[in-house]
Amino acid sequence: MIATLEQSQRADTANAGLIVASLEGVNKNYGHVRALRGVDFRVRAGEVVALLGPNGAGKTTAVKLLLGLIPPNSGRARVFGGDPTNPENRMRTGAMLQVGRVPETLRVREHIDLFSSYYEKPMVAAEVLAAAGLEKLSDRKFGDLSGGQRQRVLFALAICGDPDLLFLDEPTVGLDVEARRMLWDEIRRMVGRGKTVLLTTHYLQEADALADRVAVINQGEIIAEGTPSEIKAKTAGKRIRCVTSLSVNALRQIRGVTEVKEDREAVEIHAVEAEPVVRELLVRDVKLSSLEVTSAGLEEAFLALTQDTAREGNQSN
Amino acid sequence: MSTATMTLSNPQVQRSPRHTATIYLKEAKYEFLKNLRLRVYTASVLSFPIMFYVLFGLVLNSKEAIGGTGVPTYLIATYGTVGVMGASLFGTAAGLASDRGLGWLQVKRASPMPPFAYFAAKVVTSMIFSAVIVMALFTLGFALGGVRMPLAQFARLLGTLVAGSLPFSAMGLALGYFTGPNSAPATINLIYLPMSFCSGLWVPFMFLPKIVREIAQVLPPYHLSQLALGVVGAGSHASTATHWEVLLAFTMICLGAARIGFQRDQGKLYG
Repeated sequence: MIATLEQSQRADTANAGLIVASLEGVNKNYGHVRALRGVDFRVRAGEVVALLGPNGAGKTTAVKLLLGLIPPNSGRARVFGGDPTNPENRMRTGAMLQVGRVPETLRVREHIDLFSSYYEKPMVAAEVLAAAGLEKLSDRKFGDLSGGQRQRVLFALAICGDPDLLFLDEPTVGLDVEARRMLWDEIRRMVGRGKTVLLTTHYLQEADALADRVAVINQGEIIAEGTPSEIKAKTAGKRIRCVTSLSVNALRQIRGVTEVKEDREAVEIHAVEAEPVVRELLVRDVKLSSLEVTSAGLEEAFLALTQDTAREGNQSN
Repeated sequence: MSTATMTLSNPQVQRSPRHTATIYLKEAKYEFLKNLRLRVYTASVLSFPIMFYVLFGLVLNSKEAIGGTGVPTYLIATYGTVGVMGASLFGTAAGLASDRGLGWLQVKRASPMPPFAYFAAKVVTSMIFSAVIVMALFTLGFALGGVRMPLAQFARLLGTLVAGSLPFSAMGLALGYFTGPNSAPATINLIYLPMSFCSGLWVPFMFLPKIVREIAQVLPPYHLSQLALGVVGAGSHASTATHWEVLLAFTMICLGAARIGFQRDQGKLYG
């Protein structure tokens, strides 16, 4: 009976498009801080979704709600169509969270052995070690590992139960480029096994590298959603640097300008498109000099997007 | 308690009893290994009572007697109580406060771990360390202090002290829920040292001032040490049942407090 139920649920997840995790009109406050404001968000079976936002945007709160670790103030969090605190659902999810301290005197294989024991059909230990790139470290104590290795152990604990749904909260935070790429490869391998993944990140590049769909979150609200290329198109912009006598305020009034910063004797202008802004600049200031136009980096473009909504928010207040 | 409510509201999770037993065993095994390898824990919790026993029970006073009981035997009961208290309070409170405060418990809570297994592992580990301390004291006393007692009497002494780990484990769970990862060890010491002194664990009870002896009546280590001393024929005249009742009541109060902390963490009361 239980087996049939589980089988039918597993069969359901195989159907692409089925919603496996959702936040429905969720508000979450910590005291006076509104961590999430009316968030509607869905993850479908087989998808890799990135929740992208700066620190403090509400990404971790969203993950904790979906894991049933905290309750929403209003709205609801659902996983596999049910309550996230349901142990049956926990059996089918794995989570990598940001942890301050993991018991340091236990060995890698011991941590994996313990977590595997919680699940009905865990992966074989050797397979977990291989999937997380920990084969050579299995006898090491957690306390003796580097930052990147520690993250890989936490990743191993998230996948050891062979879950259908994986939550990865800032999986690569604090890692160097090489360690980050290594973890990306490991995440892709899990995706290749047909897992549904929700990851949070504040790197647009990471969302781009891993996700099918990106939801941009800022100050507790989802402000954009789409494929990584759609998000990039929305946030793509140019950086214009020049020396001008025009005031910062005057520059901000120019159509298409998203941000203006003073940088020593020059100003740095971020704009959606460079040409109309440059044309306007040259008309207004004939003495303008040292003009440079470059493509804004992804991170800056993202910054522009989130600051845009912040500005709109301020105006509407 | 926690497993019961969870299973009630979610009847569809059914692990085989064997699987459940495996989880409890592994949880306890790794909790034990974790603490065994933690030098801060073993050094303070194990060596502290043993060191004092060797000094005051074997090197000094070994030929003396307190109320007809040889000092080496008497001190197994009192330093045994100190050891049980330390092993249980540090074993539960320090680990729980750190796991809670630094996010590790959330990782465990997000997994399908039966929540009760986590607490049971801490309590069982505390009991094992308690037993190790009492046996170490007895072995030293037997080998170097001429301590002799029938096996049945030793079994009763050991059983009493190990059972005495429960009230202090319960107290440790409560403390673990209401202290932070950095403040937990200091808070434990602040309770553990004065409480054990007032209970006559450092200075034999009859030598304490009257006011302290009256305070001791409400302190759990006093009651546990009196039970242990009773086994070796050096107990006070109060009835054994009274001592057990006080310890039981104390355990229930602490478990109640721990439960409030547990529910607060689950977000059921606040937030």
